[in-house]
Amino acid sequence: MRKIFSYPEGLTSNKMHYCPGCTHGVIHRMVGEVIGELGLIEKTVGIAPVGCAVFAYDYFNCDMFQAAHGRAPAVATGAKRVRPDLIVFSYQGDGDLASIGMSEIIHAANRGEKFTVIFVNNAIYGMTGGQLAPTTMPGQYSTTTPKGRDVNETGHPIRMAELISQLRTPAFIARGSAHNPRETIITKDYIRRAFKYQAENRCFSLVEVLSTCPTNWGLSVRESEKWLERVMIPYYPLGIKKVPETDS
Amino acid sequence: MKKVLMKGNEAIGEAAICAGCIHFFGYPITPQSEIPEYLSRRLPEVGGRFVQAESEVAASNMIYGAGGVGVRVMTSSSSPGISLMSEAISYIAACEIPVVIVNIMRSGPGLGGILPTQSDYLQATKGGGHGDYKMIVLAPSSVQEAVDLVILSFDLAEKYLTPAMVIGDGMIGQMMEPVEFPSGGVGKPMNPGNWALTGAKNRPRRILNSLLIDPDVCNRLNIKLKEKYDIIERDEKRFDTFELDGKYDLLVTAFGMTSRICRTAIEELKKEGYKVGMFRPISLFPFPYQELREAAMKASRVLDVEMNMGQMLEDVKMAVGHEREIDFYGKTGGLIPSPDDIKQAMLKSLTKAGGRSRK
Repeated sequence: MRKIFSYPEGLTSNKMHYCPGCTHGVIHRMVGEVIGELGLIEKTVGIAPVGCAVFAYDYFNCDMFQAAHGRAPAVATGAKRVRPDLIVFSYQGDGDLASIGMSEIIHAANRGEKFTVIFVNNAIYGMTGGQLAPTTMPGQYSTTTPKGRDVNETGHPIRMAELISQLRTPAFIARGSAHNPRETIITKDYIRRAFKYQAENRCFSLVEVLSTCPTNWGLSVRESEKWLERVMIPYYPLGIKKVPETDS
Repeated sequence: MKKVLMKGNEAIGEAAICAGCIHFFGYPITPQSEIPEYLSRRLPEVGGRFVQAESEVAASNMIYGAGGVGVRVMTSSSSPGISLMSEAISYIAACEIPVVIVNIMRSGPGLGGILPTQSDYLQATKGGGHGDYKMIVLAPSSVQEAVDLVILSFDLAEKYLTPAMVIGDGMIGQMMEPVEFPSGGVGKPMNPGNWALTGAKNRPRRILNSLLIDPDVCNRLNIKLKEKYDIIERDEKRFDTFELDGKYDLLVTAFGMTSRICRTAIEELKKEGYKVGMFRPISLFPFPYQELREAAMKASRVLDVEMNMGQMLEDVKMAVGHEREIDFYGKTGGLIPSPDDIKQAMLKSLTKAGGRSRK
């Protein structure tokens, strides 16, 4: 009999701490599977952010940094520039990447740093207890927007994948979602392509993954999946935003 | 190797290469910009990487990443830029990664000015960033000593797995002096040891992390760091003395370039029959408390001279205690005390010392 499914080599056996219904675990698994399937584990260095995924260094079965809030792309730049033979990835949430770390991500992408970013967008600060993120949807409740996000006060949600795609530097930029099996399969393909571009020393790569946060959204798991599909996807369209082959 | 005439900042860049550091991440700020400028030209020649970061915040996190994968790496900045780097330095100290940071100090607080001061003594030696950490801090008083201390700082950083800082006032960076580099070109690379993130091939995976949620684990890290700092304090004190062989009535304390101005003033006073000696800490952390105390006990009074409002003065007081009166003379804002300014301050202290100064 042929074995068609097993525990991914790219993940440790540590129990994850994520809340029920959160898709961080699914996204970890996709990354873990990809670095295993591509045979990259032994030369991969990952970078954990500050936020819900702060303990990612316990879950990915490779050498891991833990970085200061928002600074993972700078840490990745340092590691990759001096050891270009390593495969380097950062795993960041929306507060980390799109708020405090906006400068680091934009400039790393603009320099064309040849590492991979997994950007998890769940439209809220999870770890600190549900505050406004740059990606929080208009009208969405958070603990610091108790009457819902007022775009006149806080601006509109930032579409990071599109923003970074505007840079002239060649890159692979895509947005997927982990809220259902179909989108998960597509997203895993984006992640595979992102790591392959890096392994071929081609370009900067970033995959934004829409994720659920039932705990801080105040919704059930099923309602969260529906909310993501109904509210987030129309604003954050899925798909490949940029490939290095097209000279934008 | 023969001597060359070189600007301090450029000599610091070349010294890093001699120390085996071929990678640099930095950001422009006066008066240290010649370091990144020089290295942007030199490092590609020796097969290294130069990256101009988008900010000092990014540059300091880049050296966290580069040091963490096991290569010798340096950044440089000046006072306000070092404030921005302090977050990353705390992480680097917590993760015990060897890196070298050069601070060519300008005046402050705030944006201050671009002229030389020594106003970051406390920031460098007492923390700067958050948490219980220290870094080795070395203060040169000439371009040659800057070269020697940059090379030494890489070895010490690697020996103790800690960030090390070479701290110079703007004069060190901007002036030209004859300087000699060790022969042998590019120095040896880092031995990545059993901690660097080099890819988990044929070994268990490694983690560089400073998130220590468990209070016992966090406490244990701080105890481990303290034990390391205790060893550094025991073994790595460095200082220089001037005119301490015979009898002296006044002991002057000064570090960096200020000590050279003091030297001139001491020589002039010697001609006039006064006996003044000087104690110059080279390592600001570890600070040579005991050695300074012994030198101070042979004098009847102490005068501390700095280009700030009295920062090393706190350590001088700790070393000397209440057994000798301590005077202070300082100038800030980029005003450099002249030999005569310092001579007058010395004469005041000598008078207070009891008028038994003339031979």
